[in-house]
Amino acid sequence: MSNNAEVIDMRVPAKPEYVGVVRLAASGVANRLGYSYDDIEDIKIAVAEACTNVVNHAYAQDSKENTMHVEFTVHQNRMELMVADRGGAVDVETLKNKGPVSKDQPIEELKEGGLGLFLIETLMDEVDIRGEAGVIITMTKFLQRDEVKAHAEGASKESPQQ
Amino acid sequence: MNLDIDVQEKKGKNVAFVEGEVDVYTATKLKETIQPLAEGEHDLVIDLSGVDYIDSTGLGIFIGALKASEKSEGSMTLTGLNDRVRRLFEITGLHEVIDIDAAKREEA
Repeated sequence: MSNNAEVIDMRVPAKPEYVGVVRLAASGVANRLGYSYDDIEDIKIAVAEACTNVVNHAYAQDSKENTMHVEFTVHQNRMELMVADRGGAVDVETLKNKGPVSKDQPIEELKEGGLGLFLIETLMDEVDIRGEAGVIITMTKFLQRDEVKAHAEGASKESPQQ
Repeated sequence: MNLDIDVQEKKGKNVAFVEGEVDVYTATKLKETIQPLAEGEHDLVIDLSGVDYIDSTGLGIFIGALKASEKSEGSMTLTGLNDRVRRLFEITGLHEVIDIDAAKREEA
């Protein structure tokens, strides 16, 4: 069995109309790998959120560079999705730590934005955010296949013997 | 990728039937339709039974509409959410602040 990861690499304009294109591509790759319907939906939302951040925040309007770099790396047991820009503009710390909405919060204080990264962190198994020439978000979703289920079943068989 | 919005007046309420995918591309159209309705004094019902994808951009539009409807003392209710869409409202805690109707859909 080969351990070589396969890479799907795309550079697309950082424009709203291309977010759906990236989402469809991610969905196609995840589907090919055998992810469940729910996991594919999670992956679609996470990659779209990362792209939406780039579209909304990465580049100034008059910027010459206006590209997002999207890379899917397919391993045997997981898929990594990276979204990077070269906008350099966003302070990575400001993206972090935006939690869910609280019902105790007055409605007029609710924020329309800021849920994107929270969703990414909730829907994916591992998330890494770095700031370099721009923001680089790497998200991982593990593939829950039969072997995992078999392992879980094996573990539960052992446990009652205590 | 498409988003269709059809607004009908029913028993003094505005009902917006939304169909398609709500993301950063289609969100502008949704906001341009929903926001003025939320700012008006009629109660607003948004039927999402035709929506199969939504992300934080769409959620943000409903937060904006909720704020507007509070200000104008109208009401805003979402209805017809499929399991996936409902789950997103639950994960983000928005189901605690937005009125979500359990009924399947508004009668067309």
